[in-house]
Amino acid sequence: MSNYDLIVLGSGPGGYVAAIRAAQLGLKVAIVERENLGGICLNWGCIPTKALLRSAEIYHYMQHAGDYGLTAANISADIDAVVKRSRGVAKQLNQGVTHLMKKNKITVHMGDGKLLAANRLSVSKDGKTEELTAKNIILATGARARDLPFAPADGKRIWTYRHAMVPSEMPKKLLVIGSGAIGIEFASFYNDMGAEVTVVEMLHRIVPVEDADVSAFLEKALTKQGMNIMTGAGVESLKATASGVSASIKGKDGKVIASEFTHCIVAIGIVPNTENIGLEALGVEMDRGFLKTDANCRTNVPGLWAIGDVTAPPWLAHKASHEGVIAAETIAGGHPHAMDPKNIPGCTYCHPQVASVGLTEAKAKEAGYDVKVGNFPFLGNGKAIALGEAEGFIKTVFDAKTGELLGAHMVGAEVTELIQGYTIGKTAELVEADFMHTVFPHPTLSEMMHESVLGAYGKMLHM
Amino acid sequence: MPIELKMPALSPTMEEGTLARWLVKEGDKVSSGDLLAEIETDKATMEFEAVDEGIVTQILVDEGTDGVKVGAVIAMIQGEDDAAPAPKAVAAPTPAPVADIPAPVVSSPVNDVPAQPKKTDLAENDRVKASPLAKRIAVNKGLDLTSVAGTGPNGRIVKADVEALSGEERRAVAPAELDRGLRAVTAAVTQTIDTDIPHEVVKLSNMRKTIARRLTESKQQVPHIYLTVDVRLDALLKLRGELNVSLESRGIKLSVNDMLIKALALTLMQVPKCNVSFAGDNMLQYNRADISVAVSVPTGLITPIIVDAANKPLSKISTEVAELAARAKDGKLQPHEYQGGTASISNMGMMGIKQFDAVINPPQAMILAVGAGEKRPYIVDDAIAIATVMSVTGSFDHRAIDGADGAMFMKVFKELVEKPLGLVA
Repeated sequence: MSNYDLIVLGSGPGGYVAAIRAAQLGLKVAIVERENLGGICLNWGCIPTKALLRSAEIYHYMQHAGDYGLTAANISADIDAVVKRSRGVAKQLNQGVTHLMKKNKITVHMGDGKLLAANRLSVSKDGKTEELTAKNIILATGARARDLPFAPADGKRIWTYRHAMVPSEMPKKLLVIGSGAIGIEFASFYNDMGAEVTVVEMLHRIVPVEDADVSAFLEKALTKQGMNIMTGAGVESLKATASGVSASIKGKDGKVIASEFTHCIVAIGIVPNTENIGLEALGVEMDRGFLKTDANCRTNVPGLWAIGDVTAPPWLAHKASHEGVIAAETIAGGHPHAMDPKNIPGCTYCHPQVASVGLTEAKAKEAGYDVKVGNFPFLGNGKAIALGEAEGFIKTVFDAKTGELLGAHMVGAEVTELIQGYTIGKTAELVEADFMHTVFPHPTLSEMMHESVLGAYGKMLHM
Repeated sequence: MPIELKMPALSPTMEEGTLARWLVKEGDKVSSGDLLAEIETDKATMEFEAVDEGIVTQILVDEGTDGVKVGAVIAMIQGEDDAAPAPKAVAAPTPAPVADIPAPVVSSPVNDVPAQPKKTDLAENDRVKASPLAKRIAVNKGLDLTSVAGTGPNGRIVKADVEALSGEERRAVAPAELDRGLRAVTAAVTQTIDTDIPHEVVKLSNMRKTIARRLTESKQQVPHIYLTVDVRLDALLKLRGELNVSLESRGIKLSVNDMLIKALALTLMQVPKCNVSFAGDNMLQYNRADISVAVSVPTGLITPIIVDAANKPLSKISTEVAELAARAKDGKLQPHEYQGGTASISNMGMMGIKQFDAVINPPQAMILAVGAGEKRPYIVDDAIAIATVMSVTGSFDHRAIDGADGAMFMKVFKELVEKPLGLVA
């Protein structure tokens, strides 16, 4: 039986970062993982999907080579090769995490971890079980895709994100249920790869957590790319057949139509991985299935901590990592600063990309703010035109009273790389004047960030 | 003489608390009103202010200690009159065990807060370590940041600190949080006056500071509308006499004011549009009338509250007012006994004041100013008669209450007082 200062259960972007930080602070750390070091993010989520999307993007550019004065002939996509590249990227990063664990002298226990007490857990693999004890345990077990109750994913015709990442064949006619980040990214990928894609969203607009202007713009852009988008619609039934799936979809008008697809991706949300890890016996408090924690990631059970997707939203890798650092530093006796959820950015890697941080215009108004709004289109930016990406906008929402940047919302090329600028500003509590005084380099897309702020105060230059 | 600093009871039910954070260290000089520590109760985190002057010689309870009993000695202060003792060898302040964390991401010590408030003006804010947003909010609200303890990275003052200071979240936080506002001295108040006229400088009590701040806020932020009516008192005086005869055996003597408190509460229930608080984009519509009764005390003025006065018999209101006023004069009211209320009453009749306009006590939206009941020529049935009449002025927050609703309120109040059986029904 080994004794540690800290055991981290789960090695996703929350867990492995917590382990590294704790080890840096001199704690004796172990990490328990049942499948792949790096968790979903690195192996089955954020990273491999970006690899897939990059292939789709290049494919898209090649098809539009003529727009740039180039000729490309005989362009075709080899889905097997595309997937193989994606798996290679995941593998490289997985090895990177293995190396980081070794470098930081973190003991890796592969197997299914189960809490026996707040400071003791068992790890089982291949019928063998060992027991570990620790002064502190961080639960970082993450989450998985939520199934449709009437049509659980079979991996053949009905897919979750995980199946969609390693398709054995290219879907011809794809139904995507749910238009959150995961649904829209796969819809965009397969659309770019040539599939006929239909997206069904229950709410009245796609990417519903984003600003309404972003949803409207994205819906138009994706529709123009040939995607069929049905909002305010629900899938009434879904059945796998020999040749595909048949679905009946109730549209906005209340009419139910029956459609045939070759494949379906279910992306209707996530379920936290809280089963079979011994939580019930310890009386760990939950809220709607997710673990309840305080600002420093403590659960109600002393010595037991929780971070990432197994806790409250947003369910994003970078939120998990940040919580990992907060938990590790608190355990080591430090006083880390709490995280403000309003300063956590979100990115969706469809085409065009979506990125945002803070409150939407509607949410800001709902919260009682008197707002000033700036909105600058890609069409007014030299770099965007030169790139041939003159589609999109950057919107900023300020508190008229204090000049606080309440939120920023972007749609367009590379915006996922831009949002950090506003995130830094929000975290440092900069006001509109600070953004205005900042010199943005020319020619870059980031100039639009400047213009959007200027626009909120009636000082826009290039529109 | 060394003074024992004891764990305070910050609420009536508090038995023990957590000493969350020391804001002073051994060797610090403190004077009355300085913040010594943050104490957490089951309900809230509150600040503990110094009452005495002197030097903190010894801290006996480490910060972060749970379950400190009320009355336990937590630190020692050496009074200023004493020969200053050789400062005790300062025990190594418990360093964060991870003092060597370079902490580029989130970690930072939170202990390096400036504990000693400095007297200064708003221009000083420029040199204060605060985020641009915190400074902007401070300027908007006229707050002095120099004495604010920052909770951001490296003790930086952030938005949350300023909001706590300005009491913007006062509806959401514990009442004691309100007193943080004591540190917010408005720009207008911090001026120094140069004068040759012989004078003495009298240090403001915390109560005086609170009065100054709240009344300034009220007059600056709340558009007042004043509505005055004359109310005939004869019937009420007659009823009072009869009631007092029957209450005598119980040792209760109703005052006119006791009856007006009840009348005010009943009126608020009948005209609910005036039983409100204006709150930015919302309005709170109260379903109960809690009356703050202005009581003059040697150090200033305080407003103990008669909770749910509309549903209390006059005898109960009378005994409660007497009991609260007595404790108010001794300075022994608990915060919950004077913080809150949905409307106020101020009576200067006993001083012979005929009529006056009172300043609203935010977040309340109305206050009733009661003048003296006096014999006046009065028209009864088209003939001049003599009646006992008083003038009553309601001040209303015009953001929340329309003139017509205020007028309706005054009408209902007048009718209740002139036909006073409604007060006992």
